[in-house]
Amino acid sequence: MIRFDSVSKEYPDGTVAVGGLEMTAPTGKITVLVGPSGCGKTTSLRMINRMIEPTSGRIWIDDRDTTTMDAAELRRGIGYVIQQAGLFPHRTVAANIATVPMLLGWDRKKARARALELLERVGLPTSFADRYPSQLSGGQQQRVGVARALAADPPVMLMDEPFSAVDPVVRDQLQDEFLRLQGDLGKTIVFVTHDIDEAIKLGDQVAVLRVGGKLAQIAEPARLLGHPVDDFVADFVGRDRGYRGLGFQRAPKLPLAAETTARLGDSAEQVRAAAGTEPWTLVVDEGRRPLGWVNTEQVAGTVSSEVLHRGGTVASTNGTLRNLLDAALSSPARRGVVVDEDGTFAGTVLAHQVLDAIESERAAAAAAQPAGSAAR
Amino acid sequence: MNLVLTWLTDPAHWAGEDGVPHRILEHLTYSAVALVIAAIIAIPLGLYVGHTGRGKFLVVNVAGAARAIPSLGLLFIMVLLLGPRLSGDAAFVVPCLVVLAVLAVPPILAGAYAGVEEVDASARDAAKGMGMRGLQVLLEVELPCALPLIFSGLRSATLQVVATATIAATVGLGGLGRLLIDGLAVRDFGQMAAGAVLVAALALAVDLIFALVQRYAVSAGLTGRRTASRRSRPKASADSTLITIS
Repeated sequence: MIRFDSVSKEYPDGTVAVGGLEMTAPTGKITVLVGPSGCGKTTSLRMINRMIEPTSGRIWIDDRDTTTMDAAELRRGIGYVIQQAGLFPHRTVAANIATVPMLLGWDRKKARARALELLERVGLPTSFADRYPSQLSGGQQQRVGVARALAADPPVMLMDEPFSAVDPVVRDQLQDEFLRLQGDLGKTIVFVTHDIDEAIKLGDQVAVLRVGGKLAQIAEPARLLGHPVDDFVADFVGRDRGYRGLGFQRAPKLPLAAETTARLGDSAEQVRAAAGTEPWTLVVDEGRRPLGWVNTEQVAGTVSSEVLHRGGTVASTNGTLRNLLDAALSSPARRGVVVDEDGTFAGTVLAHQVLDAIESERAAAAAAQPAGSAAR
Repeated sequence: MNLVLTWLTDPAHWAGEDGVPHRILEHLTYSAVALVIAAIIAIPLGLYVGHTGRGKFLVVNVAGAARAIPSLGLLFIMVLLLGPRLSGDAAFVVPCLVVLAVLAVPPILAGAYAGVEEVDASARDAAKGMGMRGLQVLLEVELPCALPLIFSGLRSATLQVVATATIAATVGLGGLGRLLIDGLAVRDFGQMAAGAVLVAALALAVDLIFALVQRYAVSAGLTGRRTASRRSRPKASADSTLITIS
């Protein structure tokens, strides 16, 4: 557990970067600090490992006051991941990962073995061990940065916008893998980002800071979206928060409709005969995994992958209401494709069925929680 | 050209106290001692300034101003000042080394300072954030990353010192400068030209040795896969560094 005890940082010119921050980052959870630029989120993070010294207040890690510890010793016990990865260009990937173990005096062999183990952990081949950072892509460098922070197995990790310098597709992938990794490791993580979507996706709790380093609200993502405490937080979490909030609600079991399906290579006549008057037919592969929709009236010759309409998203039976609604809304046939956990086609739903499910959940929630008890 | 070849191919010029090999040895000795002294002063100072950011203003200006000092004039002043206090050869050797070292300090200082200054800020931040102490950051991250620029400073200084070490002969010392001074005295233009060619060849040979050492000393991670095309770059970057600094 990391606890901020009325922590302030004021610069000699009178700028207050952080003003009396009171906050707790619980053990084994991801706490995300988010806010506009100048809100002191990075300053707050960097005060934890004393890269910046607070002007007043204390920061506790479990029951230890960080200000009483030797700064270098403190930092060796805290994983540190930064935006540009900050890899040492003159050292190989393995040597980079082994930095903290070597500082702690591990022997070379053990440190290298640990580096190779971590490379695999972060999803990189061990053949990367003897490459130099300049030979890696930005996303790969960032993975090495995470591996390096994990090397000595620190209980606490600080991450300062670690995924913001990579492209959106890679970022999404890194975020998913980060969550999977955290699922295994259960570190106490403080994570800084300026991206509210990233905060909501990754955070077990999200702390929204306003300019001047004041805590505006700290809450679980769903609560933050559902009950922002003031206009600042409401503005910051964004306009479509009602819709995004559905991303935190598991999809209930809905009655799924069966669907006529076709395969790649089926002739146009076959498809039309099976579809009847229905303009769209779902195309699946040999494993009954959905590939896309085909327009029954327009298809000529045989069904090929070029004529598939791939605009529709696919929801999983164990997904969220947001996935389910989006699948229905994005489908050209207006029927959202739902798959089982193994990816095989399970059936389709209509948007109004999803909305009905949302309405009944809300009604049930309102009945369970008397009106006016909207806590922060 | 013929004069030079005739002079150089005369076996009489390659033997004894005033033979070419002995002159080269003297020349190299002055140069090496001066460079070592300059490096001992300039590299730690450059690293310190680059690491702490303290005294940046001083380094930039001193390095710039020092390059404008005329070596020959300084040599005569040094001989007049130091000569009477020293005896024997030292009366001339010491002033000579001082002048050469003064010449070598600015490029080495600028290289070391710029090398550390230009280390990727995020690498430095990460080093500190992972628990390296100040000296560890300097020796394990900043110094190795600064090596390419430190080498360019050294090579640039070496070229200047080897070329300028000829002035030792003006105060009666040895080195390849003897060929120039003595040649001038007796109007032996073949000897003078041969001396000039030898100085140039020596400077290039020493630079080549430095280039080889650099290839082994600098991490492949810094030179990258562009090793082949980069071989000519360090010198150019040293010059540009010096220009921006002065």
